Amino acid sequence: MIDGERDTLLRTRASRAHYRYFLAFTVPALVVYVVFAALPLVNSIYYSLFDTDSGVATFVGLENYVYLFTNPTTSERFWNALTNNVEFFAIHLLVEVPVGLLLAALLTSGRLRRSTGIYRTLLFIPTTLSVVIVGFVWRLIINPLWGLVDFPLLGDERTALPTISLMSVWQYVGIPMIFLYAALLAIPGDILEAARVEGAGSWSTFWRIKFPLIAPQFGLIAILTYIWTFNGFDLVFALNGSAPGPNYSTDILGTLFYRTFFGSSGQLADLDLGATVASVIFLIILVVTAAYFGLLHRRLKSYEL
Amino acid sequence: MTATTNAVTQTTTQTTKMAKTRASDRAGTLVVHGLLIVFALVAIAPILVIVLNSFKTTPAIFEHPFALPDSGSFSVAGYERVFTRGHFVDNYRNSLIVTVGSTVLTLVLATLAAFALTEYKVRFAPLVGGFFVLGIMLPIRLGTVPIIETMISWNLMDTLVALVLVYTAMSLPLAIALLMTYFRAVPSAVKEAARIDGAGELRTMTIVLPMVRPGLAAVASVTMLPIWNDLWFPLILAPSAENQTVTLGVQQFVGQFLNDYPALLGALTLGATPLVVLFVVFSRQFIQGLSQGIGK
Repeated sequence: MIDGERDTLLRTRASRAHYRYFLAFTVPALVVYVVFAALPLVNSIYYSLFDTDSGVATFVGLENYVYLFTNPTTSERFWNALTNNVEFFAIHLLVEVPVGLLLAALLTSGRLRRSTGIYRTLLFIPTTLSVVIVGFVWRLIINPLWGLVDFPLLGDERTALPTISLMSVWQYVGIPMIFLYAALLAIPGDILEAARVEGAGSWSTFWRIKFPLIAPQFGLIAILTYIWTFNGFDLVFALNGSAPGPNYSTDILGTLFYRTFFGSSGQLADLDLGATVASVIFLIILVVTAAYFGLLHRRLKSYEL
Repeated sequence: MTATTNAVTQTTTQTTKMAKTRASDRAGTLVVHGLLIVFALVAIAPILVIVLNSFKTTPAIFEHPFALPDSGSFSVAGYERVFTRGHFVDNYRNSLIVTVGSTVLTLVLATLAAFALTEYKVRFAPLVGGFFVLGIMLPIRLGTVPIIETMISWNLMDTLVALVLVYTAMSLPLAIALLMTYFRAVPSAVKEAARIDGAGELRTMTIVLPMVRPGLAAVASVTMLPIWNDLWFPLILAPSAENQTVTLGVQQFVGQFLNDYPALLGALTLGATPLVVLFVVFSRQFIQGLSQGIGK
């Protein structure tokens, strides 16, 4: 009885000390993270409900949203940027992921020895470059003056966006490659050994054993690609500025957002409308991400080893 | 599955089949190398084109863009103009301050938080941990308008401090998630022994720090890269000539000196070199950080 009481007392005292330490250690990180990351995202939504053009903040409810979607110019620009962003995402998904898978499969084919590290590093180098360099390199290479390509790929409305998307794929293909590479390396050797003893060749081992085991990774890669491309801005801005032409054919949500709150030639800066655009983009990202984690992720996870 | 183990296990099979398997094995290895060489060339050649042409004269760049610089076309005049016409030294200094400052701050704050999140079993620890991890997926940029307002009211607009604060906030979630996996692997006996020896909690943490060193290296390498290469926040939070980072400086240089190709290519080469060198040296840590932090 007495022992029990003393135990509880000690435990509460210990856990109280734990609370104190826990707070002391996490609060510094928490403050920076909340003030400069989490809170601004929430505040963006709050700001979008106000009008500050007159100098005083007036609550206007959803008026900014109504304006964004009913004003002929802003709504046309928004739907154009959204459509372009979907295309930007689709090209990434359809080209980057299969190429990343091929590279990861080659790197883990078991036919390389020490050269694996060299190939892996070389293939990843474009990912370490800044988009300013990537944009300039490719603009120079596809420049008709240099004669490799005759057609002005960036100057034509039909080819400009696919061209920029492929430049971005060239840069970031290392990311799905590394994820899939790590997943392939994590497959236990005895499973592969068993397959080999059964007489399975490299081709059937890959498609029948390795591929199903790494399949859950594709869900994660797809959702990360979605978040990154819908948050995209840098490459388009580096190549075509904040009103990306020709005729807004390469405008995506990130450049639209920047142009709205920062202004550009022919467009005044509007902070409230900028916060509104940001909130809409946030919603677009949030709904799909939540749906993925709520519906798909667990089901995919259950197939993991 | 090397050729030798194949050969050993196949001694029981017919010799003709063995010879055939060996031949197809060798062909397969050649195909794998061939494909990887082609892809590696696609990845590297464009960068080499930039670097090589940055050492040439303007006419040589346009007449023979894919030729190596020779005695007639070799020139470093472009680099000289980069330093006289641009603000390259300042840009480098700013990028260094921002990248190192944010990385160090991220490491310190993330280490403290990750240690606490794995060490103290308090009731709301999972909640706090989840709140941090959520940030890996959050598009921080979309909070830019409120961030601008905060920086204006704190008088931090157009300063490097503003960049350091935002980048630290942006990097903390992945850093904490990564470090937690390393701290979990530290045996509790080590920490108990330290406490019995009279070490306080902070001291206990520093005693186990060497055991999570690979984690710290992984965090440092994944944190640095996106910060050095970012264009968005320097453009908005520190755009003036004296506060520009290299990435923004090169972007503006490209806009201003459109016809001076040797200088442009020199600026691009200088802008990319530090991070590419750093990545090549620390690629193992970087890849570990990337696949363990996000892939899980």
